[in-house]
Amino acid sequence: MTQDKPSTPQRSLLRFLTAGSVDDGKSTLIGRLLYDTKSIFEDQYEAIKQSTEQRGEQGVNLALLTDGLKAEREQGITIDVAYRYFSTPQRKFIIADTPGHIQYTRNMVTGASSANLAIILIDARHGITEQTCRHSLIASLIGIKHVVVCINKMDLVGFKKEVFEKIRSDYEQFSSKLQIVDVQFIPISALAGDNVVDKSANMPWYGGSTLLYLLENIHVAGDENLIDCRFPVQYVIRPQTDKHHDYRGYAGKVAGGIFKKGDAVMALPSGVISKIRSIETADEKLEEAEPGMSVTILLEDDIDISRGDMLVRENNQTTVGRDIDMMICWLNEKKLVIGGKYAIKHTTHDARCVIKEIQYKININTLHRIEDDKNIGLNDIGRITIHTTHPLFYDNYRKNRHTGSLILIDEATNETVGAGMII
Amino acid sequence: MPTKNIYLNELESESIYVLREVAAQFERSALLFSGGKDSIVLSYLARKAFAPAKIPFPLMHIDTGHNFPETLTYRDEWMKKIDARLVIRYVQDSIDKGRVKEEKGYNASRNLLQTVTLLDAIEELKLDACLGGARRDEEKARAKERFFSHRDEFGQWNPKNQRPELWDLFNGKKNMGEHFRVFPLSNWTELDIWQYIKQENIPLPNLYFTHPREVIERNGQLLAKSDYLNMKEGEQSKKMQVRFRTIGDMTCTGAVLSNASSIDEIVAEVATSRVTERGTRADDKRSETAMEDRKKVGYF
Repeated sequence: MTQDKPSTPQRSLLRFLTAGSVDDGKSTLIGRLLYDTKSIFEDQYEAIKQSTEQRGEQGVNLALLTDGLKAEREQGITIDVAYRYFSTPQRKFIIADTPGHIQYTRNMVTGASSANLAIILIDARHGITEQTCRHSLIASLIGIKHVVVCINKMDLVGFKKEVFEKIRSDYEQFSSKLQIVDVQFIPISALAGDNVVDKSANMPWYGGSTLLYLLENIHVAGDENLIDCRFPVQYVIRPQTDKHHDYRGYAGKVAGGIFKKGDAVMALPSGVISKIRSIETADEKLEEAEPGMSVTILLEDDIDISRGDMLVRENNQTTVGRDIDMMICWLNEKKLVIGGKYAIKHTTHDARCVIKEIQYKININTLHRIEDDKNIGLNDIGRITIHTTHPLFYDNYRKNRHTGSLILIDEATNETVGAGMII
Repeated sequence: MPTKNIYLNELESESIYVLREVAAQFERSALLFSGGKDSIVLSYLARKAFAPAKIPFPLMHIDTGHNFPETLTYRDEWMKKIDARLVIRYVQDSIDKGRVKEEKGYNASRNLLQTVTLLDAIEELKLDACLGGARRDEEKARAKERFFSHRDEFGQWNPKNQRPELWDLFNGKKNMGEHFRVFPLSNWTELDIWQYIKQENIPLPNLYFTHPREVIERNGQLLAKSDYLNMKEGEQSKKMQVRFRTIGDMTCTGAVLSNASSIDEIVAEVATSRVTERGTRADDKRSETAMEDRKKVGYF
């Protein structure tokens, strides 16, 4: 972390996901990023150096940095996502590291739900595999807008440009069917460090940027929906003290659009209209609030609003309904049941629902619809219709990840069993 | 006002969101307060999350009786400052009631014993959520933690069966007798904490700043000389210029040699430090999986 000078200018945050199996060199790549940005501490470095020696290997095996996962696998512990952190003078990074084996879908969906970007690793010797397709489809489905395809182990194919170009054109052909806005390709060797942090001397034909440079500079601020104003009320602040006798503040995190002081807003579900008197944090009164900000909104009128309600604009409301279509990713061993009843969490709103219909299941290798097998079990993705106990205020997931997502909860075990993306 | 790091705003916003989610989803929660910098930052954020109202849950200190006196002085002043209600439960009471047995020997510590005191307090006060200042970057067992971490009726953590956590939808549903541990600072690193303390100008116990202290060197660690630390034969204390990177019990918190006397100097020191902060904790050095083992039975 020596690069992390305290007096840096403004730094932003990038959350990304790494997809790929151990064989693709994912652990080595993460180890390389942490090591080359000096995010590894001496005691951690010493520990992996010793492990490398114990295993009779030479040098320092950077893959062992993520070895926590391996030990856990031996102990039979399933860990779906491990989070790792590093920073450079430009940005702070949160890596959602998802082990890419059997429970891939559940892991990836969980890690991807909070990520702006996905790194997909391809072994240069093998090219695009079924797994590459699967990871890309999931990234597309969960609404990740930026994918960086790292073609790894270039050292094992003689750093040849043709190998890189062939894989790139294969991938482009396949990904044109997906809804990923921005796809970039980088030839790397995670083991030797080529094009990860430092530019490779072995691939002079590659004119693009290194992986770290790309991660530091990619523009993701525009991923949020800045147009449709959505403010799910999370908590009502009422101090009831002499000083703040009539204070009634609606606390929450802006889920879409830009709210400004003086704006006319409508509360859902009541439909009552008022005006924003003030937007506050504990420190200051703000002129406006944008997506991601936790703020408190005060209105001109004393109207009845509570947790689960939503502030929107009168001429730009959410869809309101009880029969809702969605793509569902199933996260539990117990299968999804038609007619089954589940609890729902959607924005700050709690409800219950019954599964009315399973339309189809998706073959996540081809994206084809499977209409004759409607069994949705662990790691399956399908399209379903639910009927809720009372109306939800929602948007299409493509339009807004916050108001378009929900989870299903098994009412007997309280486990989170399904991740829904509203269509 | 100095320029803010945008990413610190994002972390702050995320933590405030989680704190409000706890107040909304649970009936009886408490914030576990140790007097260390992480629980100080967490309680500071709690103050922000509910302002101008008071923090809607108490802060709870599990007092081992082996605190640095500076911690207790700070604690009482801090509670006034953030206008919070403090609940204290004592490990000594658990020992007196025969619920736990004091460890013996040179490495004796009350660190493990406090788990029993904590679980007893959770039962006594019927708490359904305990907020903690743990971070995922601290230790490998903590890297797997959820924001909302489910505990069974025995207070146990089951790493094999954690609930998936998607988007910012937190599932706090539970059966009677079960509870949650919630970690709003999950995505912060040690350096983030320090940068934030600097940005917000948060006061800290003076243990974090350089001071001369009698210390005993044991297993590569500098332990503070105190009545609670059993000295081995031949062990001698030495006066050194030190500060603490983490604050826990006097028996197991190691000091580091340092001349850092201001937050700026600490930020610079942490930014260039080559050893993790848990490297100063004797309680983590007991075994490779010491933290995971303690967490499973209900540790913080």
